[in-house]
Parts: sequence; C-alpha cells; structure tokens
Amino acid sequence: MKVLHTILDEGGFDRMISRLAHEILERNQGCADLVVIGLRTRGEFVAQRLAAKICVIEGRDVPVGVLDVTLYRDDVRNHLRQPEVRATEIAFDIHDQHVVLVDDVLFTGRTIRSALNALIDLGRPRSIQLVVLVDRGHREIPIRADFIGKNVPTSRGQEVRVRLREVDGDDAIDLVSIEE
Amino acid sequence: MTRFLLKHARIVDPVSGLDAQHDLLISDGTIERIGADLSDTHAETVDLTGNIITPGFCDMHVHFREPGQEHKEDIASGVAAAAAGGFTAVACMPNTDPPIDTAAVVSFIFAKAAGLPVDVHPIGAITKGRKGESIAPMIELRDAGVVGFSDDGSPVHNTKLLRTALEYASMLNLPLIQHAEDPFLFAGGAMNESLVSTELGLPPISRLSEDAVVQRDLLFTEYVGGCYHLAHMSTVGAADAVRAAKARGLRVTSEVAPHHFTLTDEVVRGFDSNVKMNPPLRTADDVRAMKEALRDGTADAIATDHAPHAGFEKEVEFVYAPFGIVGLETAVGLAFTELVQDGWLTLPQLIEKFSTNPRRILRLPELRIAEGMAANLTFLDPAVKWTVDAATFRSKSRNTPFHGRTLTGRAVGIFNNGMLVLSR
Amino acid sequence: MSSLSIPHLLGLHGVPRSDLELILDSTDTFLEILDRPIKKVPTLQGVTVVNLFFENSTRTRISFELAERRLSADVVNFSASTSSVKKGETLLDTARNIEAMKVDIVVMRHAAAGSVKFLSERCTSRFLNAGDGAHEHPTQALLDMVSIRQKTGTLEGLNVCIVGDIAHSRVARSNIYGLLTMGANVGVCGPASMIPYRLEELGVRVFTTIEAALDWSDVINVLRIQLERDAGADFPSLREYHNAYGVTRRRLDTLSKDLIILHPGPINRGVEIESEVADGPSSVILPQVTNGVAIRMAVLYLIGTRAE
Repeated sequence: MKVLHTILDEGGFDRMISRLAHEILERNQGCADLVVIGLRTRGEFVAQRLAAKICVIEGRDVPVGVLDVTLYRDDVRNHLRQPEVRATEIAFDIHDQHVVLVDDVLFTGRTIRSALNALIDLGRPRSIQLVVLVDRGHREIPIRADFIGKNVPTSRGQEVRVRLREVDGDDAIDLVSIEE
Repeated sequence: MTRFLLKHARIVDPVSGLDAQHDLLISDGTIERIGADLSDTHAETVDLTGNIITPGFCDMHVHFREPGQEHKEDIASGVAAAAAGGFTAVACMPNTDPPIDTAAVVSFIFAKAAGLPVDVHPIGAITKGRKGESIAPMIELRDAGVVGFSDDGSPVHNTKLLRTALEYASMLNLPLIQHAEDPFLFAGGAMNESLVSTELGLPPISRLSEDAVVQRDLLFTEYVGGCYHLAHMSTVGAADAVRAAKARGLRVTSEVAPHHFTLTDEVVRGFDSNVKMNPPLRTADDVRAMKEALRDGTADAIATDHAPHAGFEKEVEFVYAPFGIVGLETAVGLAFTELVQDGWLTLPQLIEKFSTNPRRILRLPELRIAEGMAANLTFLDPAVKWTVDAATFRSKSRNTPFHGRTLTGRAVGIFNNGMLVLSR
Repeated sequence: MSSLSIPHLLGLHGVPRSDLELILDSTDTFLEILDRPIKKVPTLQGVTVVNLFFENSTRTRISFELAERRLSADVVNFSASTSSVKKGETLLDTARNIEAMKVDIVVMRHAAAGSVKFLSERCTSRFLNAGDGAHEHPTQALLDMVSIRQKTGTLEGLNVCIVGDIAHSRVARSNIYGLLTMGANVGVCGPASMIPYRLEELGVRVFTTIEAALDWSDVINVLRIQLERDAGADFPSLREYHNAYGVTRRRLDTLSKDLIILHPGPINRGVEIESEVADGPSSVILPQVTNGVAIRMAVLYLIGTRAE
C-alpha cells in the first residue's frame, strides 16, 4: 500500500467541516428540525464534528445519532462478509425531521443504500440529505451526495484512506494505491 | 478323500507343547502327518509362511439372531463371520425368537449349522422364555446338546430362581452363564456412570449394577455349588470379586470382550451408537483391570458378545439405539494389538484365552495338534498391519466402532470339519 | 474477531470464550431492534428456518420464531405430535425429508441427548440446539448470562448458583459450561439424589442446603421442578422440596445482600420459588424473556450469515 498523495491535511480538515456546515445550514435555512446521523465507523465522528460546528454557528444544539448498517448490507446476506455488528444509537425520533446522513467516503453507493433502508425502518423523515467528505466515483447504484467535501477521481486500484483523530490519532485524507 | 498340505507355518499348541515350524498334512479332516518339508501331489497346498497355526479358536458368546431376526444375522452369515475372524467354534446365546428353551430350537440350530466349517454350539436359556420366572427344561436342553445355560441379554435377578437354577445346573456339570445386571439400577441407562455421563446428560448405568450382582452371585455359588461363569466382565469390582472367589476355590470362570480391554467411555462423547453396548464401555481404570484380569487368569476367556444389528436400527438417537456391536471379525486383531503387542499376554496365553479355556468351560473336547487328531485349526498372522473396513465384513451387520482402526495381527483362516477357509 | 469459530450451535461445552463474548456482545444490537416501531431487519431474507420441535415447548418455539421473523427469515414449524414421527418414521428420515426441501437452518428440540449433533452430522443445514434431553440448551444459558451481565456488568468472579434437579437439567449443564468459560464461579444446589455423579470435578461447588447456597451466591438461577418426572423417584414430594429448597422471601430476607434471581420458566409458583420473589425487584425473569429473543436473533445472525 503506497500513499500517492495527500488530499487533505490537518489544517484543511477544519476548513472543510466549516464549509460543509455552512452549506447545510444555507440549504435548510437554519437547523430547525435538523438531525445529524453518522454511519459507523468514521462517519460517526465526522457527524459529531459537523454538529459541533453547527452549534457554534447557530448557537443551538443539534441531535446526533449513530447508525450501524451491518444488518442491512447486501454482502452480509450473501455470506460474502461477516463484519462486526454493533448497535445503532439514535435516541430521538426521526419522524418528520430533516436527516443529514454523514459518511466519510462515497464509493459504490451500496452502504448508503443500506443506510436508507435502515432509516426508513426507524421512521419517516421529512427528507434525507447525504454529506460526504470525499466522493471517489464508481457508483454501482444511483446514489448521489447533497454535500461533498471534495471530488476525487480514482481508479479501481486506488483507495481513499481517511484518518480521524478520534480513531486513528491524526486527521488526514490520502489517496493510496492498493496494487502491488 | 480330500487332502490339504499346510506348509511353512509355525505351529503353537500349548497342550501338546509344540512350538516349531512344521508342515501339516491333513487327510479327510484328520492330521495325518506333522513333519518337515512334506510334499504331496494329491493335496491342496497352502503356503502359510509367516503365519502361526494354533488349535481352533472358540468364541463362547455370540448372538446369531436365527431364529427370529434374520435381517441382522443368520447362522450362515454368522458362521462366515466367525470363520473370517479365525474361529472354528462358537457358542450362541438363546435370546432368539423363539428362544432356545426347548429341544426343538436346539435341533433347528444344529440342522442349520450342519456341514459348515464352524461348529455352532447352542446355549440353553436358564428360564422359560428368558422371562426370569421359572426355570427352563435344562435336562432336556442338555440332552439336546447345549453347552451351557444363560438368559443373556437379561440377568436372572429373582434370587430364589437364581438359587434354583444354580442347584439344577450343578447336577448337569454345565456352566451357568450370568449376565450380571441389576434391572432397577440399570433401567433407562445408556452409558457408564462417570464424569462423561455427567457432562453429556445421558442416563447413567452405575458400575454398582454389575459389581453388586457379581458379589451376590458368588455368595450363592459358594453356598449352592455349581459352575458360575460371568459373561462380559467389565469392571474393577467384578474382577476383584472373581479373583477372590477363585482364590477361595470356587468354580467360577469369566470372560472379557475385546471392546472392554480397548475402549473407554470417553468415546461416547461422539454420541455414535456404535459405542453403545451392555455392559457399557467403562473408565480407563476398568480397561486396565480387564487387561490385568486376563494376565493373571482372573479372566479365563476372550469372548466377543457379537451382537449384530441392522444399520437402520443403530442409526438413531443414542438413547433409543439397541445395545451391542459385532465383534467376530475384529477380536483377534484387537487382542494382538492391545494385549500381545503391549506385553499383557504371550502368544501361548492368547491361545488359552481364545481356545483352551473357552472350550474347557463349555466342556468341549480338548484340541491337540498331533498326528491322528482331528484337524481343528486357526491360522494367524501376528505381524500384518491392516485397517478394519466394515464394508468387507462377512457378517450381515456393520455395527462396529472399529471401522478405520489400524490393527497389528489378525486371523487369516481356519481348518475344521475337513474344510479350509482362508480369510483373504 | 466477528465470526463464530463453530458452524452450528450444539452446546456451550468446549465453545471458546471469544465465541461466547461475540454472541453476548452482539445482543445489544438486537435488543435495540426490538424497541423500534418496525421490529424487522432484512438480514436473513431468503433464508429458510425450520423449527424442528420433537418435544412440546410453546415458549421456546415462540421465542425462536419471533427472532427468526424479526430477521426476515422464512419460518416453518414442525411439531412431533402432528407429524410422521407418530407413524414410526425415524429421526433420520424425518430430517432427510426436511433437508430435501432445502432448509438452511434447523432449530431443533428433542428428548434424546446428542440427537441434534446426530442430525448435524448427517444433514447439510446449520443446526441450533433448542434443547436435547438432559444434555444442553445453549440459547437459554446465553440469555441467562446476558441477563446477569446487564445487572452486574461482568460475569468474571461472580458466584452463580443453579438450584434444582441438576442431574436432569440441560439448562444447568449449558449454564455450567458457559459460566465457567466466562470466568464465573459456579455452584449447584439440590438434594444429593439430584446432583450428577462427580460434578465437583468440573470445578463446580455443590451445596445440599439452600441456606449455604444463598449465603455463597451473588446470583441464583432457579430451575423448574418437573412435576411430570421427579416427584416420588428422586425426591419424596413437591411439599418436601418446597420446604427444603424453595426460594422464599423469608429466606432471602435473612441475607444482607440483594441476590439476582433468574428462572428459565415456566414457574411453578409456590414450589421452587415463591410468587413474591418471582415478581420482586431482584428478579430478572421478564428481562430474560426479552433477552431470549435478542440472543436468538444474535445466534441466528451469526450462524446464518457465517461464511462456509
């Protein structure tokens, strides 16, 4: 695995989060009836940072939840993978709310498909909006993000590696090659 | 006139003291000559290089299921299995349907066994119908030719009846063969009571069932007289009791089955009903005690308790499966591997356990390998390594725990009643 | 490690601690689903599960069935009384017929110890043991352990005592094996005639008086005295059992601690346990039932989606 180049460094991270938070607030005209739900694992922490930024801008707390989509994944049902299943923690009702779904990298779209199914089982939101830090292309399902940190064209032999301070010790987004 | 020339075998006969390599010339079922470098152009010549010839082996405890349950085994297939296992004689238990409690059934069995290379000796029931209520016509049975009496499969538990049976049988100088079991302690049990039964939650059979009955039976034998033979001894306690009784001069004999000197109840963890038999497999201490008993003479004979069952009967839930495994075709191999190879028995002692003693207990004529004597012989290969393959059994049934097991030593043929049967 | 090392759940004997922890830790996920308005996830969609119950058991079967349906599996129920077993069909034939109908998972309860293992070796489906004779009842022990852990945070070092007819109890055996693996101290209590041979050699403490057992325990799991089987044979009467071994308010009040009380159900009120205790604040009997569905979902998920 070889790092090809750094897409975003520590300093750029906070600016990206700020910009995304402003975009979300602009589109939704504030944060009334807004809830932020992050996908495990790293989406959870990006969601928390976004919610914190929104609170700083608007002066109001926004509810944050964590969604685990393992049980909805199509590769689990087909015995292709058996990832660790952890609990979903959404302590509020999503009915009639604007759900801002947060993930770190958007790739094939399958994870987001699972997440949409999971959310619909939890209630009926007024809208679901998707925010991702990186869109790397190669969609296999018609899914698109509403708010994108950065578009990064990639090839199949590459991966976008996101490191977060809460999980990995530092903040960075790198483009890596996974071919020999 | 049929003549056979058996060449190059080592002849071992503890009775006549023979242990040397000789050729044997047999004519019309009788040993005509024993010598070196014999030849006879009119004889069928068999090269037994590397093999041992001994007096014919006798399995004094088999179940041939005929009459009544011929789908499991019949006399013909049982005899084929016995011959393949190296036996020239067997004693078959009376738990047939109808049971061997009348002269008619005894005659039936003799008729079915006529002309076969293995002598089939019926054992008469102790009680009518084996019901344990009243004694069978033992004199009639003796006159018809039984070699002993047993209700095997069931004990004689009614103490008054046990006394009567011992008294009656003592007049006839035939052994009373007891299946030692306490029906109250046994009821519903499926395996030996041990740490294994505790862990598996299988209904247990305590060794008390065997030990208590053996001790009581020996008290009765001492009081009443008669010849008592303990079938399929399996516990330390039973061996100790028999040893003490013999030391006191009682006419007591016993037999051990190969599975009881080979396997422990640990194998029951697999819940395979091919390890379910009665008495059940016991602990390592009991297995060791069986080997000791064979070595010091407490156990007089090795007898298989060959108990065939059809596949569909055994391939059920462990607790519902019938008890019993086949044994004729693995006994000699197991004895060589577990007893001779490890030094528990010498070859002459093995011959005593398989031939001399069981025949003596059943009052069968003593065998000697000598000129002029009837040729009643077992051929052994003590060194061959082979793997048990149940699919090649001559028995109709395949219920054995030893399939796939590698053994050293086996029987390779017999000669009896003028007929030569080679196993391979 | 997020996969089980075992392809079937036949029992807890010999199951590695990592597998037990995986199952116990996964339970929270499934408990959360039971609190949702739509209590369903699509995880086992297209998977066929047959509940093969040769012994009557409404509550365990319903618990399994709920778990299966919540995971969107297709469920078929087979109960012996309405089946071909009565016509003399062997266990093996029954199972072969069911397998020929392409069933993925078999949840089986049977009166004969070892029968679930027997079938698992002869069929290609995945097997979950819902109770085989006196041998094992692994999901019961798992839900018992989850229920204890919810109150205490850990099983390590805890004194857990099982009270009742231990010799005939698959619940006792599975609990003993599971708790020992998870580092708990295990005790049993009952009349000597109901304690299996040499049980102490498994590392289990044996109490023949209830007072000594309660004194030692942090948690007690009270087994049902089987009315159909035990009275008259291994002990004289239900009355004697209740007087000597009944878990009563009076006995608990003599202790200076709060015991956690479990019972696998159904309860014989007034025999092995007093109503007041069963319904009292230290009892986790109802949470056991909820946890039961969640644990069964966890096991179905882990076994059902496990790679070959």
